[in-house]
Amino acid sequence: MANFYTDIPEIKFELENSSLMPRIVELKERGFADKDTYAEAPQDYADAIDNYEHMLEIVGDITANTVAVNAEAVDAEGPHCENGRVRYAEKTYENLAAMNKAGLNGMTMPRRYNGLNLPVVAYTAANEIVSTGDASFENIWSLQDCIETLYCFGNEEQRQKYVPRVCAGETMSMDLTEPDAGSDLQSVMLKATYDEENKCWRLNGSKRFITNGDSDIHLVLARSEAGTRDGRGLSMFIYDKRDGGVNVRRIENKLGIHGSPTCELVYKNAKCELCGDTKLGLIKYVMSLMNGARLGIAAQSVGLSQAAYNEAIAYARDRKQFGKAIIEFPAVQELIANIKARLDAGRALLYQTARYVDIYKALEDISRERKLTPEERQELKAFNRLADSFTPLAKGMNSEYANQNGYDCIQVHGGSGFMVEYACQRIYRDARITSIYEGTTQLQVVAAIRYVTNGQYANVIADMEKETVRPEYEPIMARLKEMAVKFNECTAKVKEAADNDFHDLCARHLYDMVSNIIMSHLLLQNASKAPELFGKSLQVYVNLAEAEIEKHYRWISNLTPAQLENYKQA
Amino acid sequence: MSLNIVVLAKQVPDTRNVGPDAMTPEGTVNRSALPAIFNPEDLNALEQALRLKDQNPGTTVTVITMGPGRAAEVIREAMYRGADGGYLLTDRAFAGADTLATSYALSTAIKYVVPNADLIIGGRQAIDGDTAQVGPQVAEKLGLNQITYTEEILDCKDGHITVKRHIDGGVETVESPLPCVLTVNGSAAPCRPRNIKLVMKFKRALAPMELAPGTTFADLPYAEQYEQKPYLTIGQLSCADVNADLQQCGLAGSPTKVKAVENIVFKAKESKTLTGSDEDINGLVQELLASHTIG
Repeated sequence: MANFYTDIPEIKFELENSSLMPRIVELKERGFADKDTYAEAPQDYADAIDNYEHMLEIVGDITANTVAVNAEAVDAEGPHCENGRVRYAEKTYENLAAMNKAGLNGMTMPRRYNGLNLPVVAYTAANEIVSTGDASFENIWSLQDCIETLYCFGNEEQRQKYVPRVCAGETMSMDLTEPDAGSDLQSVMLKATYDEENKCWRLNGSKRFITNGDSDIHLVLARSEAGTRDGRGLSMFIYDKRDGGVNVRRIENKLGIHGSPTCELVYKNAKCELCGDTKLGLIKYVMSLMNGARLGIAAQSVGLSQAAYNEAIAYARDRKQFGKAIIEFPAVQELIANIKARLDAGRALLYQTARYVDIYKALEDISRERKLTPEERQELKAFNRLADSFTPLAKGMNSEYANQNGYDCIQVHGGSGFMVEYACQRIYRDARITSIYEGTTQLQVVAAIRYVTNGQYANVIADMEKETVRPEYEPIMARLKEMAVKFNECTAKVKEAADNDFHDLCARHLYDMVSNIIMSHLLLQNASKAPELFGKSLQVYVNLAEAEIEKHYRWISNLTPAQLENYKQA
Repeated sequence: MSLNIVVLAKQVPDTRNVGPDAMTPEGTVNRSALPAIFNPEDLNALEQALRLKDQNPGTTVTVITMGPGRAAEVIREAMYRGADGGYLLTDRAFAGADTLATSYALSTAIKYVVPNADLIIGGRQAIDGDTAQVGPQVAEKLGLNQITYTEEILDCKDGHITVKRHIDGGVETVESPLPCVLTVNGSAAPCRPRNIKLVMKFKRALAPMELAPGTTFADLPYAEQYEQKPYLTIGQLSCADVNADLQQCGLAGSPTKVKAVENIVFKAKESKTLTGSDEDINGLVQELLASHTIG
């Protein structure tokens, strides 16, 4: 029977083969403090990894045999809006029931709230696998991750009230976007007022483009400080659907992820609770929420790339033209090899990011229980920085790759790929949103560029250049070092220009360069450990990456501030 | 109302994905070439039991299976889905049992371990033997009502159960007092997936028969866990444990004798092409009657 975990050995490799993993498990398990209290808690490191594998095997089974099977019907039917409520496509309920029966909720939450206490790495793997089956269902299921923000910033009473409900399968949404506040969330106008009589907050106004907007528990960004117009007037609120007051006005008709309801919401004096402190809604809590969500989109994108690879290779093996399977033609081989190389490189970046997030999140959580040692504080700071600098790379690059891979997957199918009967067109449509929501690629560049100019990425790359690799890969390491020299040269040129427009125009090119170099290194490290799994992808990817570096190097070398005018259209 | 439910389950070779090496040259099943799985309709049966457990707090679901040590896998699989525990009925004396001896052994085990069972639920039939006899024979031996071809349990309260049965051309709704035996059809709801917390809890559960010869639980990794957590030791019953009459067990208790097993390979030269004409159809019917294939 198909299984989207056991059929894809690269995921198991990413789960187990990192020197950071023992530290992640030790921190997450607090030195295995739960082992005598909870029957499901692991006894030691090996036992924890075994638990993660069991979890992923269940996810892989449900995804391959239920979610993927239902994907076409879910895509065709989509959700419905009835009397202000969302009714999912029929098969979506079947998917949700399977995930709930399997207990795959509250994945990263502590056991004391009925969570599974899984590290972000394991949750990310589950997320990727679900997305391979159906990216639109992944949206609904993975929004459970919003609970992380409520857990981090809500009070104990709120944790006890909401976390166990999410662990039992209640769904979540994050209500941020409004008609005039998309990328620019500082412009959010949904009004939050304090109701003195009933001693609670009330929400009035509307939101747009809210994924899974009729969820059970919402995190809502709203303006609590009357008269303000910027981000400092915004706070975060928890809306409990059981209290009522929020209705769905309509569901958007979208290009892709049809199964995921994207809602316009109307708040009519809706009762809600303040989460954390007022005024920190955007600047602190939403930033944290978004970082988690961006990692989620990176995982969704990798899952889509895996789906694109699966469909492309299956079709190419099966389809015969000119008397042989089309997979035997170099032109088709290149398409598929490139999909696989981008998939493996992007996946390596995804998991490295997840590991960084794991260490800093676990330390941050421990800091709520006790004072950290000076060494731990240093560790937290370093990993927080790594996580913050890697998240925009993982999200931006993987989402762009998912689009490219979906495109190439259709290309492998030829004319058949343009027909709705084949899954590749759904993958292509579903992938399109990944480079837009939770911050467009252009905004990922904005988030990442400071780490180009302040040398953070250059330091990471310098460390990676010190890694030992298999002797046969030494020439590849030499090429990567050459690529870094070109990147540093471009960075220096942009900094020297000291011109904001010049800097902003070059940002995307620098971002692509640094991402390509980092992914090449990660793939090199993987291939050094498991050449049978990653050797081919490494060679293919470095060829691609080197050509990309060369392209951007030429582009930046040729650009002068005088040319900026040419890029401005009236 | 809490219930005591017994689920009868069998580990079977996966005959649904038969490859060229599925049969030995001697015409017997080549078990090593076929993965051992939870008999599919027994999973449907387990789901019915678990639904009753969901609806009736305090209900216990006990799985009983007969087979060698590795058959304990079906008990673990059931525990991963919500069964409370189970018993592996295992003994050399049970070997070679036909459906009569099997139902005898199972019924003695049920009387021994869950004497107050309200419901005994099994799959309609196993995909290796395809007899559909064991469930009904267990009911006979226990002197209980039986409802076969169960598709859905509509209601279970006040000592009565109402069941929708799958019959030729439609469904039939029947009612029976408890205790009774149900056999569940493959058209019933599929079984729920494994639950991750239950897998984490029970993944090390073992029946003593599964241990390597000459070893004990103390020799296993995490040995202390078996002392601290009794649920990690799967119940195991021998012929003597359940006071079974040896004459009614295994080969001795099996009136069914296999005369021969033939491996039938259809060859094109033996085939005939029939048209839809009355003459051809009549000819075929006569031929099948003559060979006692029908009639």
